[in-house]
Amino acid sequence: MPQLPATAVEPSQDGTLILNMGPQHPSTHGVLRLVLEIEGETITRIKPEIGYLHTGIEKTCEAKFYQQVVPLTDRIDYLCPMTNNLAYCLAVEKLLGLEIPPKAQWMRVLMNELTRINSHLVWLGTHAMDLGALTVFLYCFREREDVLRFFEAVSGQRMMTSYFRIGGLALEPPLGLLEKIKKFADRFPGNVDEYENLLTGNPIFKMRTQGIALLSAEDAIAIGACGPTLRGSGIDIDLRRDAPYTGYENFKFKVPVRTEGDVFARYICRVEELRESIGIVQQALAGMPEGPIKADAPKIVLPDREKMKTQMEALIYHFKIVTEGFGVPAGEVYQAIESPRGEMGYYVVSDGTAKPYRVHVRGPSFANLQALAKMCEGGLIADVIAAIGSIDIVLGDCDR
Amino acid sequence: MALAPPITDIEMLKSHPALACLLQWNPAVVQAVKYDREELTIWVEKDAIREACAILRDAREYPFNYLSDLTCVDWYPSEPRFEVVYHLLSISTKERVRLKTRLDGSSPALESVTSVWPSANFYEREVFDLFGVRFTGHPNLKRIMMPDDWEGYPLRKDYPVEGYR
Repeated sequence: MPQLPATAVEPSQDGTLILNMGPQHPSTHGVLRLVLEIEGETITRIKPEIGYLHTGIEKTCEAKFYQQVVPLTDRIDYLCPMTNNLAYCLAVEKLLGLEIPPKAQWMRVLMNELTRINSHLVWLGTHAMDLGALTVFLYCFREREDVLRFFEAVSGQRMMTSYFRIGGLALEPPLGLLEKIKKFADRFPGNVDEYENLLTGNPIFKMRTQGIALLSAEDAIAIGACGPTLRGSGIDIDLRRDAPYTGYENFKFKVPVRTEGDVFARYICRVEELRESIGIVQQALAGMPEGPIKADAPKIVLPDREKMKTQMEALIYHFKIVTEGFGVPAGEVYQAIESPRGEMGYYVVSDGTAKPYRVHVRGPSFANLQALAKMCEGGLIADVIAAIGSIDIVLGDCDR
Repeated sequence: MALAPPITDIEMLKSHPALACLLQWNPAVVQAVKYDREELTIWVEKDAIREACAILRDAREYPFNYLSDLTCVDWYPSEPRFEVVYHLLSISTKERVRLKTRLDGSSPALESVTSVWPSANFYEREVFDLFGVRFTGHPNLKRIMMPDDWEGYPLRKDYPVEGYR
């Protein structure tokens, strides 16, 4: 007799029904599978099943040179590639004790905030679409397209950018790009008003989100929620402000916090973050310093093309970095940064060789997904969709 | 920027709130400490890890009340082979501390911290799935990333990166 898969679940009590949602359900934002136990319309138990997108990135990292890991990190959370690049690069730079020039730092802040806008726009569009507001999706993707064009301009790639490298940036930003970003930044607050006009006061949207999927502050901490999910429950924490990295201490911004702990609170937090992010973009553009975009560390950073053609030394370093990598002093570092979804941590262990001994990614989606059961139990099936949208998970980040 | 050498002397570090808290509770559980690259690591006795976490979570002045991350490192072929790593964060003071505990390679097991932080649930399942470390007292210890009938523990160092098993 064929065996039932071990993931099949028996109802725990009489009168309940097991319902599978996903992994191909359009509103699960990827390949999330939820096993729901329902009594009528009410959920009595909810169990997320993940791993459909597990690609063993952490194992692959151990077989690559430090600089070869950067393109792998894009693929973890594909909606905020630069945030992943940044967290990894910062971790390795901390291991190396490498100082990054100011222009590279400011460019990192600029691109990182554009990444946050990109990610929040996808979230807002799909979240609203899940709840039946289709127009918002088209508006959000219109602006997202502009952001993706900026990514393409700096890195040649729309999504898998790998623009941040260990020791600085991959390329000098092209001429005229900052002016284009400036134009976008001037226009964008008006666009956010448009989204808010469609949603914030919309009675249907409010009914679908207010008082739904509640998460108290104590529960949020205990269950390990992070980012806007935690801030929506009244916990005032933002790593950009509380543990500044890559020069965030030079920027002024507010951290939106709401105390209601429902879907609407998380929505307001993220929409406010869109406005704050564009403020940071404006500050970064206004104060962009001049200077090099790579650290002065010839054994770690690849030389310029021009130097390679004219200087013997540069050619040798290039050859050595590409063929043998570079050694990183033994030690370990946990670098946490504020991704659009919350605390993204890279734990990198070095044993002194040119390949990382262990890379562990603390994915914010993985952490937030645990909160889903807490939010949904006792609620209605239809509200699960709202709850999934409100924790903004990316399954690539969850499964790695 | 040159790297400062790590500090491993308990006396020099005991002003750090996490270490002070553990020493005040029971100095015997602290095996070693290291302060390197502005991060504090405390090696804790294997059997005391759950209690140490509970003590740090409930500390009055500096509660390390948030479990940021839980993972494992395999030091194959040296023994003790596994190091389970806990990254704690204090929501109020934003300080971090790293706890570590060492485990032998033969049937590695230690007490689960799910009773201290429910959030440890997924992390411990992940460590169990990929390293084969068992957590006693875990409510639902089964594979999370790999299929249920998978053989072997992929993140162990003696597991091949590519090719057939």
